[in-house]
Amino acid sequence: MIERTPILNLVTHLILATGLILMLVPMYLVFVAASHTLNDVTSIPPKLLPGDQLWINLQAAWDKGHLGDRFANSFFVAIGVMLGKIVLACMTAFGLVFFDHRLKMPIFWAIFITLMLPLEVRIVPTYAVAANALLPFQTLLDVTGISWLVNAVSGVQISLEWNLLNTYGGLILPLVATATGTFLYRQFFLTIPEELVEAAKMDGAGPLRFLWDVLIPLSRTNIAALATIMFVYAWNQYLWPLLVITEPSMSMVAVELGRMVPKFTATGGEVAKWNIAMAGTLIVMLPPVVVVIVMQRWFVRGLINTDK
Amino acid sequence: MANISIKRVRKSYAKTEVVHGVDLEIANGEFIVILGPSGCGKSTLLRMIAGLESVTSGEIAIAGRVVNDLEPHARGCAMVFQNYALYPHMTVAENIGYALKVAGMPKADRAAKVAAVAKSVGLSDYLDRRPGQLSGGQRQRVAMARAIVREPKVFLFDEPLSNLDAKLRVQMRHEIRRIHNQIKATSVFVTHDQQEGMTLADRLVVMNKGVIEQIGTPEQIYHAPASTYVGGFIGSPAMNFLTGQVAARQGAVFLGDGSRIALPADLATAHDAALVQIGLRPEALTLTDPGTGAFDAHFDFVEELGMARLYHFRFEDLTLAVMAADKVQLVPGQAMGVRIDPASVHLFAAATGQRLLPRPMVQTEFAMS
Repeated sequence: MIERTPILNLVTHLILATGLILMLVPMYLVFVAASHTLNDVTSIPPKLLPGDQLWINLQAAWDKGHLGDRFANSFFVAIGVMLGKIVLACMTAFGLVFFDHRLKMPIFWAIFITLMLPLEVRIVPTYAVAANALLPFQTLLDVTGISWLVNAVSGVQISLEWNLLNTYGGLILPLVATATGTFLYRQFFLTIPEELVEAAKMDGAGPLRFLWDVLIPLSRTNIAALATIMFVYAWNQYLWPLLVITEPSMSMVAVELGRMVPKFTATGGEVAKWNIAMAGTLIVMLPPVVVVIVMQRWFVRGLINTDK
Repeated sequence: MANISIKRVRKSYAKTEVVHGVDLEIANGEFIVILGPSGCGKSTLLRMIAGLESVTSGEIAIAGRVVNDLEPHARGCAMVFQNYALYPHMTVAENIGYALKVAGMPKADRAAKVAAVAKSVGLSDYLDRRPGQLSGGQRQRVAMARAIVREPKVFLFDEPLSNLDAKLRVQMRHEIRRIHNQIKATSVFVTHDQQEGMTLADRLVVMNKGVIEQIGTPEQIYHAPASTYVGGFIGSPAMNFLTGQVAARQGAVFLGDGSRIALPADLATAHDAALVQIGLRPEALTLTDPGTGAFDAHFDFVEELGMARLYHFRFEDLTLAVMAADKVQLVPGQAMGVRIDPASVHLFAAATGQRLLPRPMVQTEFAMS
């Protein structure tokens, strides 16, 4: 958009304003709904101005969803996933960009293709692995006949088991691999001039030293961008925690939020307390919003990759 | 301090060979400039010395130790890169001291050394700045300081001045020479700029298409180019070339149109009847009245050089440049005589482009060493 005419300016601003309204109106409605009694919320026509029940509803939501504990869980998992992704993606991209080996491109494409395989697609096998993280090795041993051999020779039946269900490990590890992050780092690493790598070599810095002293400081903005995206991503996880966590005390806020809205059933059941659910939404929404606001400046810089 | 010995070094990428067997002996403390057009393999050769490129075959030894399989930092070389290659997130002081930090030198020693080196290149006031806040010349100085601080046995320069403007380039050239005179480290400097090469080098190495055309002092290279390639590449304005045949009895070369260009007698007798190219430096030619020179040429246009003028002539279907200090008023198409001093004629074999010498059986001091 280099062209600048008054009409184009007006049009672009209209588009921006429309987008902003589309984003903000639902938020506003959540806020309004969270500040009324259940009766007012369900009344027709709906209330469009905030009421005075906000604090009461927030407290109710906090208690009902045990959000105190769940918050701790969510923070732990979100930060774990975020750190894991940053470290893993950085190392993968480092290996892909700065080392020459024959499998470089196949590996890159294999990682890239997983972009098209989100968790939802591979959720059943991932669950199987989480239920016993050593299952792939067991299978390998069985198929190659090694377990049969060991059994025949020593009489020991090999059965490997490492259950990750209902653990932080089970929540975090399957989410840690990230093609997006690897790709982001890779694109940044590719912009590092070859001479800089060579200067480091001449200065006697080995690969890890170069990674730590040069690449990581230079990719601070990328790290910030990735951290922001990944924190929000992990915080908003719903399906995976729902699946691997059966222990209520291990649950995460997004799951708990879903539970605040009871399903309507033919036989009746509880009435959905929308005001409480919306108050819960406000609480749960808060950390990602704060993270994005704090990281915003870095985040934008990291994604547009401006020169320093 | 170290000598460098390069023996039969070749470099290929996949199936393409870019350096075809180079032999070069560099003495301790010598300043060598490798000169050549882009793609002649000069940078590749330098990078092989540095250890940034592997050596396909042959041997490179620094201070008597073969370094083919040594890591770059273990070779005792420091390198100044064309684009400076400074670490953008580090301050000037950190940039200069990084190699020392990697080597594990204590912080206080490091700071003292960095300060001393920074002072010697005039960077004392900029130690806390980042490379982004420096001008091109200052960045160049940081790159130099970063190399100096390691007290290397060998200094390598990969076209370090080509990103600077003309004035700064000359200034940095002087500085590099001054630093070299101070620390006396063996230096290898790669450039495509012949003026840089001529002014900096103890000895020049002229490369073309992956082979060394000639090695010699700037003076030898200028006054006795070993081939038409070197003759045409070195010297600005460039050497004029004419083709003809030697006639020993007349002691001259006869050009296609019958013009006679006198040669020193020993040169003519040694190459009777040879088909030759003669090289004439514009500054070795003088203008004279029509009919009184070796031949007449027709004036085309003139270039003002300040200290002299470069007159361009048409001769047959060739162009010929003559440098003259005097101002001569000429109109286009006007005929002028060109006088040639026999001693200034460079004679090359037409077929091979190699320099022809008075006694071809004995190699003189000007031949490929």
